[in-house]
Amino acid sequence: MIKSISIIFRTLRIFWATSLAGEVEYRLNLFVECFSVIGNLSGSLFVLYMFYSNGKYLGGWNWNSSLVVLGFYYLLEGFTIILLQPNLTRIVRHIQQGSLDFILLKPIDSQFWLSSRMISPWGIPSLLAGLILIARGIYMSVHTMSISSILAALTMLISSLAILYSLWFLIATTSIWFVKIWNANEVLRSVLVAGRYPISAYPEVVRAIFTFILPVAFLTTIPAETLLGKSYISWMSSSIMIALILFLTSRAFWKYALRFYTSASS
Amino acid sequence: MTIKKRISYIFKVTYSLLTSQYALMLEYRAEIALWAISGLLPLIMLSLWLEVEPDKSQLLENTNLYRYFISAFLVRQFTAVWVMVSFEQDHIEGKLSTLLLQPITPFWRYISSHMAEQISRLPFVFVILSIIFIFVPNSLWWPGYQDLLLGFIAIFFAFLVRFLLHWICAMLCFWNERASSIERLLLIPYLFLSGLVAPLDKYPDLVKDIALATPFPYILSFPSMILSRSEVDILNGFLFQLGWIVVLSLLSLFAWKMGVRKYSAMGA
Repeated sequence: MIKSISIIFRTLRIFWATSLAGEVEYRLNLFVECFSVIGNLSGSLFVLYMFYSNGKYLGGWNWNSSLVVLGFYYLLEGFTIILLQPNLTRIVRHIQQGSLDFILLKPIDSQFWLSSRMISPWGIPSLLAGLILIARGIYMSVHTMSISSILAALTMLISSLAILYSLWFLIATTSIWFVKIWNANEVLRSVLVAGRYPISAYPEVVRAIFTFILPVAFLTTIPAETLLGKSYISWMSSSIMIALILFLTSRAFWKYALRFYTSASS
Repeated sequence: MTIKKRISYIFKVTYSLLTSQYALMLEYRAEIALWAISGLLPLIMLSLWLEVEPDKSQLLENTNLYRYFISAFLVRQFTAVWVMVSFEQDHIEGKLSTLLLQPITPFWRYISSHMAEQISRLPFVFVILSIIFIFVPNSLWWPGYQDLLLGFIAIFFAFLVRFLLHWICAMLCFWNERASSIERLLLIPYLFLSGLVAPLDKYPDLVKDIALATPFPYILSFPSMILSRSEVDILNGFLFQLGWIVVLSLLSLFAWKMGVRKYSAMGA
């Protein structure tokens, strides 16, 4: 067990060292990314400000606590740019060009390889923005912060990352059948934008969709509620359950899909 | 060439470009359906705005919101532009060299592929709109023939403004091979100044004035306001659209000339 964990860490170190070395060649990206985070952040804050300037609470959330929700959105965005986007968008290309063959032949779990081979540093500005927003929101709204709620929020964050990863991987897997499915991830991302605002700000129908069909609620609102000490055990445990179920499904689905993989041009 | 010959030549080229690109687009129907769905942002914003103003006394306000955002959804569908990504790809892979050898500027090829995609998008947009109107029948409205016609012209102009804007930025590929990351920057003012997240009337005056000085409101807000029958100065809007089209065309001609001179045929 310990041996296999140390193997995982060693592989990850080699993976990430090589892909980082490749990425820093494009230093212009750092500027673009910083600008884009700053612009995006001021835009989102401006929209939030417009909602609140109407004098009403957004779905029962005050300004400071919706900053926490926005902060969690940026954390997820950073995670997406660092890990999900560089890896999972490549799956489609591997399938299209048949280079998935080489990955399947490697003595390593193929899902692990496909989801962790690349890493990109350009998500760091988003992560920082997220942390600042959360810190600011918490500082202004809660006076004392217990260790237990921080730990609980971290757990919720991990399960929301797992949900996001599993959804994305599930969609990418379908490219074994459809080959060209780049945009499916675009659809996912465009819907996740809804996670910038607390889920209770939406009309009931939309809220139901974002809870039961596309679990946007579990991505940002539940971690924020947990950190603010407003969440219920039932929501928290269902978040963990959903994360587990989705993760196991993504694994099972990948194994199932591989049975249909016939390699390119054969 | 006489003028008559020239006109018939232009017609022939336009027709064959559009039909061939349309056939190409039909190959990727599934993909286009997904693109159509990914433009749902105006509807997400609509549902937020509806909840912020749940006052029953503001029923009129609510119908306006419905109409505005549904129009915005429609406008966004027919002003989608991805020229930076495909131009960058063609540039990196050296395909641009072949395109440059042809007796027609590559610009026309890109713009016709966008227009063909819009045609192939029609049925999906129609389906999404019908779903909205079935579930929220109150939101159905008829803008009238005149506004419908003006709205479509405004959408076409909006598309031209946005395409030219992206085309000029795509020219940056000649200087930096990963220029499509600039697209992320271009997206930000588009998101927040075009009226996509809120009708411009809701903006504070200062921000609204700043926005109106940029081309972005004429890409989305102006056509949506015509279609939703909001109060809007139609003549003024069209003049601004045309003005931006002229300015951006001149700029893009200039950028293209400079860029081609710099082109060194990657991979050759």
